[in-house]
Amino acid sequence: MSASTLPVAGNLEKFPDLHPALDSQSALAEATRCLFCFDAPCTAACPTHIDVPRFIKKIATGNLRGSALTILDANILGLSCSRACPVDVLCEGSCVMHRHNQKPIEIARLQRHAMDWWHGKHQQPQPYAGDSVAGRVACIGGGPASLACAAELRRHGISVTIFDNRPLPGGLNTYGIAEYKLRPSDSLREVEMVRAMGVEFRQAEVGAGISLEEIQQEYSLIFLGLGLGAMERLGIPGEDASGVIDALRFIERYKTSHDFKVGRCVAVIGGGNTAIDAANAARRLGAEEVHLFYRRTEREMPAFSFEYGHSIIEGVQFHWLSQPVEILAESGAAWGVRFAQTRLSDPDGTGRPRVDLTDSLFDFACDTVIPALGQARFSELLKARGIDLKTVDRRTGQTAHPKYYAGGDCVNGGREVVDAVADGKRAALAMIAKLKGAN
Amino acid sequence: MADLTTNFAGGIRCPNPFWLASGPPANNGEQVMRAFDAGWGGAVWKTIGEPIVNVSSRYSSVDWNGQRMMGLNNIELISDRPIETNLREIAEVKKRYPKNAVVASLMVESKREVWHDIVKRAEDAGADGLELNFGCPHGMSERGMGSAVGQVPEYASMITEWVKEVARTPVLVKLTPNITDIRAVARAAKRGGADGLSAINTINSITGVDLDTFTPRPYVGGQSAHGGYCGPAVKPIALHLVQQIASDAEVGLPISGIGGVSGWREAAEFMLLGCGTVQVCTAVMHYGFRIVEDMIDGLSNWMDEKGFRTIQDFRGLSLPKVTEWKHLDLNYKIVAKIDRDKCIGCDLCYIACWDGAHQCIHIDGHAVPEAVVAASRARLTVTPIAKLDSVQPGNGGTPPLRIPRVDEVECVGCNLCWLVCPVESCITMEQVDTGRPRQSWEQRTTVA
Repeated sequence: MSASTLPVAGNLEKFPDLHPALDSQSALAEATRCLFCFDAPCTAACPTHIDVPRFIKKIATGNLRGSALTILDANILGLSCSRACPVDVLCEGSCVMHRHNQKPIEIARLQRHAMDWWHGKHQQPQPYAGDSVAGRVACIGGGPASLACAAELRRHGISVTIFDNRPLPGGLNTYGIAEYKLRPSDSLREVEMVRAMGVEFRQAEVGAGISLEEIQQEYSLIFLGLGLGAMERLGIPGEDASGVIDALRFIERYKTSHDFKVGRCVAVIGGGNTAIDAANAARRLGAEEVHLFYRRTEREMPAFSFEYGHSIIEGVQFHWLSQPVEILAESGAAWGVRFAQTRLSDPDGTGRPRVDLTDSLFDFACDTVIPALGQARFSELLKARGIDLKTVDRRTGQTAHPKYYAGGDCVNGGREVVDAVADGKRAALAMIAKLKGAN
Repeated sequence: MADLTTNFAGGIRCPNPFWLASGPPANNGEQVMRAFDAGWGGAVWKTIGEPIVNVSSRYSSVDWNGQRMMGLNNIELISDRPIETNLREIAEVKKRYPKNAVVASLMVESKREVWHDIVKRAEDAGADGLELNFGCPHGMSERGMGSAVGQVPEYASMITEWVKEVARTPVLVKLTPNITDIRAVARAAKRGGADGLSAINTINSITGVDLDTFTPRPYVGGQSAHGGYCGPAVKPIALHLVQQIASDAEVGLPISGIGGVSGWREAAEFMLLGCGTVQVCTAVMHYGFRIVEDMIDGLSNWMDEKGFRTIQDFRGLSLPKVTEWKHLDLNYKIVAKIDRDKCIGCDLCYIACWDGAHQCIHIDGHAVPEAVVAASRARLTVTPIAKLDSVQPGNGGTPPLRIPRVDEVECVGCNLCWLVCPVESCITMEQVDTGRPRQSWEQRTTVA
């Protein structure tokens, strides 16, 4: 990525907010509805355990600063989480109001209300003690896990440097989340807040600009918040033709390019949330037809049902039981995809039905192909140190190597921002305990 | 079909017992006539006396949980219009609405001939009755009127006597709650010859302080003054004071109930504690005259359901059920029961019982509330990926571990859990047989 590809506001008007902000009177009315449950299920359902009733009651009493700090104490990325979290399966999904025949409390919009107030007033967390604990920590990767880890470490007076290979930190929050959920500017506000807490940011490609050996010598502990590598490849002929762009690069490109154009007819391949994000974005960017192909059916599709519903409203057309076998290209430019019809049989190890190809083939003509098959873990660099990101202790983030901790997508295989924040925070607390024990 | 027609205090007749209280809604003839068109049975005119000058602003309120005007406070004085104007309009209203009751509220300086004069003029104008304002707690009291009279039984008795010397219509005395024992003034009014009582007038109040200007409300040029509090918030206080005078053997006068009546339910409550009519002000100020429609309709339907034909059939029915604490049965016992099918798992009953009551509701597996919270915070939670993790968003039943358990042996039957539970009839308080006969504290201590 070059410095010229920074997020631009070019396409923002095409992506109005999925959920508009609450004005202060609506926020007050909604906050008042909250029952203030004891040991609230919403708090338990949040991976970062934000004390939800507490921050909501503070909105009700007009204590917005206290409300924001309640959120930030648990989750430094409270703003992006309020916009990007799939709250239907988290806090709002667990709200007792569901069983009270009422709408759940609009926790996400209330959290955003407090966060918008906080960032709008350019508030900063309480000044923290200087470097009161000996030892320095390096966070590799500048995404949500590292930001949360670094913020927690700073709160405890530990010196932290974040190494990120992109021109702007924030990881997928800055570059990879659909516009109608989270804008790069909001992600960057959070980055600036973390910077103001005394975290140092360095743009460097670890392994190229700076070696892991150097970092290992310079820092007492290292947190790996690497995220996922490139998206997995289709592994079929024609994949490198022009007009084929994987979903993450697609999202990053439209966010960062002034002149990014999508074809008239788009084929998206995959059934996850990122596939849906890419398909919706293609519609908003002007594609007349967007077709999403998935090798299983609606029932097995990993995307959240509300994401799927949203996509139908956007006009995305869905095709089930279809697996690509070849990208059809001429003179290096893709003009379509050849699909094999699939058949489902008994469940495999993942609990989902196994997919078998049939002899039935069909060709689909399109201008752009967007594979969205999930991301590969970034692990080559670590094998030499005996680190396997699949065996990280989830409570502490500790890897097999005593100096290394890890969290976020590179460990959990790609979940939500809030899961990355929770991982980063837990790893920070474990590192703090270790550093204090060493002193 | 219920019959709501009322004959109050020996001669004030009206089609129903719902009256506008003396206040802004009954300020002039035009308002009162529109109120009668809407269905109000009577109106106590805004207090007539030598015209005063008011300030701006005049009202302030207490909001509660998003609801406006749970309580209202005012520093407005009596009528600011000339006596002749008010009396001329009373005459006009009575001419056009002969069946509705118009009661003239009066307040003049404490001189016998001044009272004689105003009483005669009000009755000549056609008032069906008189209400002596001995209750207004702000402004007028500084000038020796209103509650300055109502707080001294001798004054109240004396002025009532003066009025009765010339009055031909029923005389009601309006009582102030801003007194140690309201029965003292009620008895004084009776001695003075009053035909009925109106209770209560507003309660001395400061509704709040503006946290930016540090000035209490209502704000008048950088200052404020205490006002009179009314509205839904004062109903419990009013009901108690009404019961006090209704149960007093020395009083024995008809009562027009005032204080937080917003609908037929409150009206029925005041009547069950002895009132023959009720007066409404704040609810009309909030929603307009139209609210009387449901007051009439709702009270009639309730009376039909209960088999009461007239208000007289149930008036005072609850008075024998109010007793002194020493007569209550010490051997009556109830305990809380939680309906597991209805419980939504908010656990408010649990924390209320632990922190605010008697520690007899439990969440099994944890000794104290702090342990419950600590266990939740220690839980490692990840976002479920709906179809991979086979977790569906939580519209299922309440997790069994979130449904609290009542220790029925320890439960003292205080009602707190039932009061905090947001779900209707999820917690019920049920009687348990103690196997012991009825015994009051008085009986127990006499036996001993």
